[in-house]
Amino acid sequence: MTKRKFGLGLSLMLAAGMLAACGSDDDSSTDTSNGDGGEGTEETSEISAAMVTDVGGVDDKSFNQSAWEGLEKFAEDNGLEVQKDGGVDYLQSQSDADYNTNLNNLIRRDFDVVFGIGFLMEGAVAEIAAQQADANIAIIDAVVEADNVASVLFKEQEGAFLAGVAAALMTETGKVGFVGGMEIPVIERFEAGFLAGVEAADSSVEVDVSYAGAFDDAALGKTTANLMYQNGADIIFHAAGGTGNGVFTEAKERKEAGENVWVIGVDSDQYDEGQVGDDNVTLTSVLKRVDNAVYNISEQTKNGEFPGGETVVYGLSDDGIGLADSRGAISEDVMSQIEEFKQQIIDEEITVPETLE
Amino acid sequence: MSNRVTNILVPLISVILGLIVGAIIMLVSGYNPISGYTALWNGIFGDLYTIGETLRQITPYLLAGLAVAFAFRAGLFNIGVEGQLIVGWFAAAYVGLAVELPKIIHLPLAILAAAAAGALWGFVPGLLKAKFQVHEVIVTIMMNYIALHVTNALIKTVSDGGDRTDKIFSSASLRSEFFQNLTEFSRLHYGILLALIMVAVMWIILEKTTLGYELKAVGFNHNASKYAGMNVNKNIILAMVISGAFAGLAGAMEALGTFEYVSSKGGFTGIGFDGIAVALLGMNTPLGVIFGATLFGSLKYGALNMPNAAGIPLEIVEIVIAVIIFFVASGYIIRLLLLRAANKKKEAK
Repeated sequence: MTKRKFGLGLSLMLAAGMLAACGSDDDSSTDTSNGDGGEGTEETSEISAAMVTDVGGVDDKSFNQSAWEGLEKFAEDNGLEVQKDGGVDYLQSQSDADYNTNLNNLIRRDFDVVFGIGFLMEGAVAEIAAQQADANIAIIDAVVEADNVASVLFKEQEGAFLAGVAAALMTETGKVGFVGGMEIPVIERFEAGFLAGVEAADSSVEVDVSYAGAFDDAALGKTTANLMYQNGADIIFHAAGGTGNGVFTEAKERKEAGENVWVIGVDSDQYDEGQVGDDNVTLTSVLKRVDNAVYNISEQTKNGEFPGGETVVYGLSDDGIGLADSRGAISEDVMSQIEEFKQQIIDEEITVPETLE
Repeated sequence: MSNRVTNILVPLISVILGLIVGAIIMLVSGYNPISGYTALWNGIFGDLYTIGETLRQITPYLLAGLAVAFAFRAGLFNIGVEGQLIVGWFAAAYVGLAVELPKIIHLPLAILAAAAAGALWGFVPGLLKAKFQVHEVIVTIMMNYIALHVTNALIKTVSDGGDRTDKIFSSASLRSEFFQNLTEFSRLHYGILLALIMVAVMWIILEKTTLGYELKAVGFNHNASKYAGMNVNKNIILAMVISGAFAGLAGAMEALGTFEYVSSKGGFTGIGFDGIAVALLGMNTPLGVIFGATLFGSLKYGALNMPNAAGIPLEIVEIVIAVIIFFVASGYIIRLLLLRAANKKKEAK
């Protein structure tokens, strides 16, 4: 009996010891890291930038990730420390309620410019901008009217239009598909552009449109893609964030089984997503260069030209929107036709509709 | 070992064990547990702003916890708190922006609308359970999805194709300038008072009324209650309706306090599901819910500061928080071990 009790006592002591050990360990490491941080801020005090992701997280293989890549590149070019005060950093949000806190936390750490990534953050940015009048805040995919907020929009429809052209000219079944995340203005711009592109290139091609209702449901994306392919579509354009990963999974399975199906990716170059053995299901991707936008605004802030109160719109003409390298998946003949359409959009001979009629 | 000592020791040991295991996880992943926990502490109590925000986070957890606990006491497992919260959120926001009325009418009206919407969402599974013996777990889970997608569609209609509604009129807002000035612009709102009043309301219903007595009796044993002449079906429906109303109020906290609008959602808020844990941590008693909600709300909110101040990735932070809650919830095991140790001691003597 006493043995048992002794055992309990021993384990408690062990636990206490461990805690103490952690304590001593950490004290020293805190000291050194503090020292590092201090030096870091001295060296790089000229400019700092940080961003808050929406609920997709920083590794969403989509626009949050793209934005962070922009900041990382900015840090590299300016010799800034990554994930440190006075350098560049990001905070991830788990729910809508976290946006305010995360924005506030970064502003309190005195970053020169703080980015809110995604339309979901519109309300939070508007509120914080009013409270923190001295802070520079930028928002992607939404417009907030305040003197200390720079708003960034993209003409998604222009890139989606080219994707539509590519799909219409490359389809062998005469049927293509569109999978959207949620029915929100940004995604509807993709849909409107895609439909217009298909129509312009080959009006006999049918488009199957479906909305998953979520950006983070890969299983649902797979089911949706399965239905579309089964109904005869051979190319699917997805604008559905993480849900789109399911579209890729379905396409890859079919490719392995010998079917000739394709996916058009979105936001960043999703070529790696489509790799299956030696084949690849990614026809191309509609690029939305959030990284460029983030980089540019950080650069402007550094030069003391933060575009507060302005709305910047990126499109095909300034390379804010584009198509990714198809790596030979699209034939040269079709490529040249896409280039023609692209030039016509840049020359404003074609105006791509933003909304569905 | 006396009972009182055990009662103090058990939660203390559970929390310490949780912290130790959490520290080991951080250590193994290569992060500094001390700076991690300092960040957590500062994220909860660091300054007036964080205290205000922590209290704000606790508010919906209180009501969601009450909702789950209330149904539990009547022997019902209401997993539909999430859906009831979502419809409550929408109803409150809609009333908040559709009409402009004097505050004294507008605010109560918006709050009542939320409670009514939640109650309606609770009524359906209650009715199906009472009349057709359909299990409430299935119905409430499905009602969650219906709530999510119906409100998304309604939001689209109300906002002319947009993804979120306008801000509600200030006459329907729970926001408080007094609290904001006190807490350096945190979003703390008067809802916390309402939530605490509801804790008292639940206690009174359960402990001081015939209704509460009957509900508890039904919860213990359907057949015995029926034999004693109680209307079991009526009590089941009532329990779900009241539970749903609490959940709807949790939605009103978000609609009228935290956000002041409602936006279409790609997924669930999670507050309703966390409410299950809050209720169980609090042993389904009103006072226990305060404890559970405080623990949950504080940890959830404070955790945000760990990536911010200590550079620990959110994924690790979530594991650490889950471990702490896990240990607190398994206090029963520790109690058992302590009792056994005490018995052995007696035998030895």
